[in-house]
Amino acid sequence: MSIKINESPYEERVQQGIENDFMRLAVSSAQGRFRSRKRIQETELGNWEDWRQLGAEIRKHTVENLDYYLQQLSDQVSKRGGHVFFAATAEEANDYIQNVIRKKEAKKVVKTKSMVTEEIGLNRALESLGAEVVESDLGEWILQLDEDPPSHIVVPALHKNKEQIRETFAEKRGYTGSDIPEELADFARSQLREEFLTAEVGITGCNFAIAESGTITLVTNEGNAEMATTLPDTLITVMGMERIVPTWEEMEVLVSLLTRSAVGQKLTSYITSYTGARLDDEIDGPDDYHLVIVDNGRSKILGTEFQAALHCIRCAACINACPVYRHVGGHAYNSIYPGPIGAVLTPLLDGYENHKELPYASSLCGACTEACPVKIPLHEMLIRHRQIIVEKEKQAPMVEKMAMKGFAKWSSSPAVYKLSTKMARLALNPWTKDDIIGNGPGPLKDWTNSRNFPAPSKQSFRSWYKEREKSGEE
Amino acid sequence: MKVSLFITCLCDIFSADVGKDTVEILERFGCEVDFPELQTCCGQPAYNSGYLTESKQAMKQMMRAFKHSEYVVGPSGSCVGMLKEYPNIFKNDPEWEDEAIKLANKSYELTQFLVEVLEIVDVGSAFKGRVTYHPSCHMSRILGVNEAPITLLKNIEGIEYIELPIKEDCCGFGGTFSIKNAAISEEMVKEKSQHVTETEAEYLVGGDMGCLINIGGMMQREGKTVKVVHMAEILNTTK
Ligand code: SF4
Repeated sequence: MSIKINESPYEERVQQGIENDFMRLAVSSAQGRFRSRKRIQETELGNWEDWRQLGAEIRKHTVENLDYYLQQLSDQVSKRGGHVFFAATAEEANDYIQNVIRKKEAKKVVKTKSMVTEEIGLNRALESLGAEVVESDLGEWILQLDEDPPSHIVVPALHKNKEQIRETFAEKRGYTGSDIPEELADFARSQLREEFLTAEVGITGCNFAIAESGTITLVTNEGNAEMATTLPDTLITVMGMERIVPTWEEMEVLVSLLTRSAVGQKLTSYITSYTGARLDDEIDGPDDYHLVIVDNGRSKILGTEFQAALHCIRCAACINACPVYRHVGGHAYNSIYPGPIGAVLTPLLDGYENHKELPYASSLCGACTEACPVKIPLHEMLIRHRQIIVEKEKQAPMVEKMAMKGFAKWSSSPAVYKLSTKMARLALNPWTKDDIIGNGPGPLKDWTNSRNFPAPSKQSFRSWYKEREKSGEE
Repeated sequence: MKVSLFITCLCDIFSADVGKDTVEILERFGCEVDFPELQTCCGQPAYNSGYLTESKQAMKQMMRAFKHSEYVVGPSGSCVGMLKEYPNIFKNDPEWEDEAIKLANKSYELTQFLVEVLEIVDVGSAFKGRVTYHPSCHMSRILGVNEAPITLLKNIEGIEYIELPIKEDCCGFGGTFSIKNAAISEEMVKEKSQHVTETEAEYLVGGDMGCLINIGGMMQREGKTVKVVHMAEILNTTK
């Protein structure tokens, strides 16, 4: 199982994204909406930078003391009658969950939106048992019907417009209505209600697990999470091992940062919290409760220079701010974690071999780092990835390596450099017309396919300066 | 005040005029300008591509070049931003760490130097025309220079300043990104060009040659008549 979503090569995926006008329109207008709403929320809060700092410190402290808080969380959940399982790999997590389903002889599972279950490929694992999996999140449900992977971590079906959704509903569920969003949502609700009531097992993700009380907090927009957490007898939470906060107090700070950064809301419409199994004096909650804590490559990141990547609260602010994402869309990243955080995280979780282009899919403009509510230095981590690809993994193309060797020589030797400033114009002369290079050689070729490149100045600055100095002395 | 000019390799080779304007502006405000000839490139093309070892050779050359300078001023937010990164890059390097810190501390981007050090908000220039400004990412986000260029621009006599829509968005240059990911870069710069067109400005001003070459190259190819000029050129227009 892998976090990859398809097998086509990088250039092809990028091209497909660029040519998908529908997707690009949907993505750019959503980005515009999210970004301006986020800005309003930041101003409203007043001291946004202080909040970010606080968020960053909470995440840093928690991840630095992850073993302690995981133990505390585990103790609390056990005390409340829940079963806790630490899964080192995706397979271990899936096996454990499959076993629970098998024991229950469950036929139907209702799920909330969860990135980590996408990461481990849980749906396929459950379907292989013959269980039916129902996604309760509208976006996830649309994608499930269409067998399409998510393209965004908060709004998974961001790449689809309402016409495409109408078609999917018509084709897969016999929908005959219009493409008015409300009508589509009503239809989905009526279809889903039925499913919720008959599911035997509920599976949720986790936004924040509160270590002090063993409570799981879910942040959703539709309130459908309640369907998974309250109706079925058996409830399973799947969480990435870093998705933890020490106490309710930190949870509040992070939820506030999360909702403001994700969709520019003070709070999302629904925040669901639940703790362990139902106790004798409680009226609702599951009889059987399982918490599956997934490592799947995360502990390898601990203690490295990429540790701060584990601070991520999956708000997607970096994705919403990213101009590269805007033009290529989420699927181009070939990871269920797209955008800047995806470009940082995916090679860490799934290796450079499969994802070596991702760290370069950024102009290093820094919009992601600026947007991140917990101050993860995303673009700096991308540079670090590039260094590893070049120096440790040795996966850089030969021509590039030669060019960079040349660069080192050129830039560390003033004489060579000076000569190049003299020769540049002459060297580029064959491709120059009216001081414009319209069809350049070598590395300039791709650039000049779409835009002009200027010819070097007639006289370099340094040679002008030298002459000026001389004439001043005379 | 003694100022060493950090010309940047792009200006040295492709836009000598921007360098000339920079010298003249600094001299206009009484700076004693020199040009240390040992300087080459800040190392960014290699550094941002992941070639740390190669980039350090360029960086050491720059530290040697500006060793005795009092102030280092350059017409580029991005390249000066790179100098400011040196202390992180040479951290715990016994031979170079101090030099890196010294160079970072005395380096300024041109508009930043004018406003923060010389405390000039009006350069006393005159320029007639509708002007919009693209704040390059490294100037604003890495170097943190946001207000200085806009203040200086707005105070130029005769200028009509129009804000660029979504001005903070990257133009798609990104150094080697524009070559390695040319297709994505192209979409980004097309969008930027579209935003410039929406302002109906006659001039697009910016403080980083790389971005200007990128945006200018696209607008020229699209047959648009907007003139793309560097900040230094516009600040150096006299009354
Ligand atoms: S990296 Fe930062 S901005 Fe991006 S999803 Fe994670 S928390 Fe949000």
